[in-house]
Amino acid sequence: MTENASEQPTAAEVPVHQTQFNIDTVANAAATPETELPWAELGLKEDEFHRIVDILGRRPTAAELAMYSVMWSEHCSYKSSKVHLRQFGEKVTEEMKKDLMVGIGENAGVTNLGDGWAVTFKIESHNHPSYVEPYQGAATGIGGIVRDIISMGARPVGVMDPLRFGDIDHPDTKRVLPGVVSGIGGYGNSLGLPNVGGEVVFDSVYQDNPLVNALAVGVMRHEDIRLANASGVGNKVVLFGARTGGDGIGGASVLASESFDDSKPSKRPAVQVGDPFAEKVLIECCLELFKNELVEGIQDLGAAGISCATSELASNGEGGMHVELTNVLLRDPTLTPGEILMSESQERMMAVVTPQNVEAFEAVMGKWGVEYSWLGEVTDTGRLIIEWNGETIVDVDPRTVAHDGPVYERPYHRPSWQDELQADTFRASPAAQNLPATAEELGSAVVELMAQPNMANASWITDQYDRFVGGNTALSVPDDAGVIRVDEETGLGVALSTDCNGRYAYLDPYTGAQLALAESYRNVATSGAIPMAVSDCLNFGSPEDPEIMWQFAESVRGLADACMELGVPVTGGNVSLYNQTAGRAIHPTPVVGVLGKFDDVGRRTPSGFQRWADGQAIYLLGVTRDELDGSEFARMRGHLGGLPPKVDLAAEKTLGEILINASRDGMIDSAHDLSEGGLAAALAEMSLRFGVGARVAVDGICERDGVDAFTALFSESQARALVALPRSEELRFTDMTSARGFAALRIGVVDAESGGLEVTGPFEGGSFGIGLDELKEAWSSVLPSRFDTAIEATEALMK
Amino acid sequence: MSVETPLIGDFTAAPAQSRLAGARIGVVTFPGTLDDRDAARAVRLGGGTPVALWHADQSLHGVDAVVLPGGFSYGDYLRAGAIARFAPVMDTIVKEAQAKDTSAAALPVLGICNGFQILTEAHLLPGSMIKNNHLKFICRDQALRVENNQTAWTSQFTDDEIIAIPLKNQDGQYVADDATLAQLEDEGRVVFRYVGGNPNGSRNDIAGITNEAGNVVGLMPHPEHAVEAGYGPDDTTGMRNGTDGLTLFTSVISSLAGATK
Repeated sequence: MTENASEQPTAAEVPVHQTQFNIDTVANAAATPETELPWAELGLKEDEFHRIVDILGRRPTAAELAMYSVMWSEHCSYKSSKVHLRQFGEKVTEEMKKDLMVGIGENAGVTNLGDGWAVTFKIESHNHPSYVEPYQGAATGIGGIVRDIISMGARPVGVMDPLRFGDIDHPDTKRVLPGVVSGIGGYGNSLGLPNVGGEVVFDSVYQDNPLVNALAVGVMRHEDIRLANASGVGNKVVLFGARTGGDGIGGASVLASESFDDSKPSKRPAVQVGDPFAEKVLIECCLELFKNELVEGIQDLGAAGISCATSELASNGEGGMHVELTNVLLRDPTLTPGEILMSESQERMMAVVTPQNVEAFEAVMGKWGVEYSWLGEVTDTGRLIIEWNGETIVDVDPRTVAHDGPVYERPYHRPSWQDELQADTFRASPAAQNLPATAEELGSAVVELMAQPNMANASWITDQYDRFVGGNTALSVPDDAGVIRVDEETGLGVALSTDCNGRYAYLDPYTGAQLALAESYRNVATSGAIPMAVSDCLNFGSPEDPEIMWQFAESVRGLADACMELGVPVTGGNVSLYNQTAGRAIHPTPVVGVLGKFDDVGRRTPSGFQRWADGQAIYLLGVTRDELDGSEFARMRGHLGGLPPKVDLAAEKTLGEILINASRDGMIDSAHDLSEGGLAAALAEMSLRFGVGARVAVDGICERDGVDAFTALFSESQARALVALPRSEELRFTDMTSARGFAALRIGVVDAESGGLEVTGPFEGGSFGIGLDELKEAWSSVLPSRFDTAIEATEALMK
Repeated sequence: MSVETPLIGDFTAAPAQSRLAGARIGVVTFPGTLDDRDAARAVRLGGGTPVALWHADQSLHGVDAVVLPGGFSYGDYLRAGAIARFAPVMDTIVKEAQAKDTSAAALPVLGICNGFQILTEAHLLPGSMIKNNHLKFICRDQALRVENNQTAWTSQFTDDEIIAIPLKNQDGQYVADDATLAQLEDEGRVVFRYVGGNPNGSRNDIAGITNEAGNVVGLMPHPEHAVEAGYGPDDTTGMRNGTDGLTLFTSVISSLAGATK
């Protein structure tokens, strides 16, 4: 600390940009307790501000206020969700921990893959920025999650993006979707990361609140795992990558932690702008730093920028940190210290380097042409001291900024309308009048189902993503999971899936969250991988509404219970609250990502019937009940009510074991899980995958399970899958299913010649056939017919 | 053994122990290059030895051929390939690719996607690439017809062979003036043509071309992503089993091996 901190420097001594504002020093703050501070504008509540004053024993300086306001925001501090999220750490068995190398709390969790390999993955949301500015919002969402992966010491090897938009025909969807998709592609493709999956959901509840979640996965050798902590007194603190600018100031506190309404000015300046080239260079540069063991601790700069990086690095280490803020390289020289601390400029990293490695560190920066500046060093004072030209503007205990933020026990209660909603079942509703019953009606219903926006071919979106780069993609959309090879010698690899049905979660948040996990788990197992770990992205409305808070609390409880039962730990994730506009909240949408492991990804099971597999037997695994509430068929008829399908995690586990063993032992050649749209959708998707049809009879299902043909085709009962296998494997396969007491029924054969899907059953007319050409046309034209026109309109504007 | 997390440009995996391994193929990494590891893998699977070349290093380290892989060199913010063309390594490549001296054969050069864009910017190949006519990035399995099997990189294809390799780009629309197009067609310098639909509006359905000597070839689709069954485009034997791209690498590797042994 300087002795004469209250003295202003003379104009001659300082660069021009620093004379444009008065520096609010710690000494000044102590001397002027009555100064009004804009805490409310920065998103702090009155009691939170008073708490800061109590902690410091004086009013905060402008810079300190900036730091606390972003770090104590909902987005960074998890203040409303923390008390619930604890369950992910508590509902864990020793068995679940055995492969967990780094748990919740770091930038991303790390799971042991074996052979000295480890994998890290995480999902995050970039919902609000993507609504305000779709391209940059989505692009920087990819950028941010990828930096989380790098800061664990890993090489990023893939991304996925669960997306949710408003009604497909709403004009604003035409603004948001093309921008989001090209932003994800524009950024992810430029990083050389294959995009191997995700989801696309349209529902009017996401109007004005699109959900743009992004998952990234990275791999590393065990010895390369890096953590975000600043230890070793005298070690140097360095900021490197892009320069700091005025973009994204207050992104975490203002954008991500409040609801939108029309009364406030445009929030565009709070959205960051991405530079994927800078990030690509940063990836390579960081990997070279790790390989040469040149950094002691590393932290990416995401939400809350330098405030977050300095306070987290310092509080995770043993001591303190001393930083000179004027050393930060700026894009905009007029930024105030507070703005520099809050800026969310992209493509920046902060690292701790020992003095003897400084030269080698600088050489790596030089090789990759990356800018850097030494900001300060690690101290043993236990304080985070930030100076501006030698004057102290921040003097805090870093823990109070990074970890000791407010924690709220938000009140919650079951919504008054929940019982009525659950009582309004599909079967009892007017929507269930005149259900398809004849061959003709059932046939057209299948085609109509596959032309629903949520069932349609998503290749208009996914063809804008590079799925080949890296040469290790063994499976990607539209298969059940994305599969990436990690070790080229052995074929060791990972499978990933993300899932959530917000309609189920709306009907029953506890069950809905479990169903999201069940489907994601099932998808990973269907590809042949052993599920190992979970990352979640919990998208909800305002926590200040007790009914929304109930949805959140129930979902977390449901997910934590289900993770315990399936034996897969949550290794990290993200909470996105305030997803509501003008008082309308989204459906509770707990997106669940599951990571699985392959000893050899060459064993992965494709989702479609294969051309050379003519005559292979098709088996339905699992039992079908009358479960149409919340289903895709009910949505098609405009109904949402009742109770979601029953969860049976023991059945999911057994089904998973069957699919994994069948893949490992080479018994099956295709497998696809049953989810939205039930058996009808699964059969259609398996046929459309490679344009190879099938002949199927549903009589056996109707007889055994006591359901009619309509229910057999469209019910969304869980823990079911379809598999196709050579006749030579049938005996071995059915021996395995019956040994486990799991329902397996031969329902048909693959037909590579007919070019159609033929279904027979106990209904009027006896059988219907659907030409795959007709089905493909209906299924494939849904997105292009909406969004190609949007691009043509843009083109016309540009001329 | 690839036990360490591979670094870009760190092609340390052991080469195949064969006569072909004597063929050393350089793979250039610019800042923003993405497919350099894939190209190196393709060289290795083709039997050759990949050698990492760095954009800032003028030396080609005695390689027998060079691959300019795909990516977004320098971010491609100005124009695809426009800045990479000025990298020190390009000075040497341009010189050696145009060697007319009969004692030293001209250096075989393959430009893939961004590499093709760099070759046109460096004027080793005529024409240019502009944004796809539909304005979107496109990634898909693409059928091509091999129309010239006399180049250094296509000698092992049969004439008019139909192959499938992935296509993935934003700026893939090949354009040139009418005189240049006529010359390319007349001289048989169109090496690959899109079949089954033009994916980006390229003139004359052109996917790849060669120079007069046949040592420099550029194409927009990615042969290095179709070299290993299980990780390539779909083909008749199954999902992702296509390996047609490997033939570009084996063509040059076997002719180099034949010439040196």
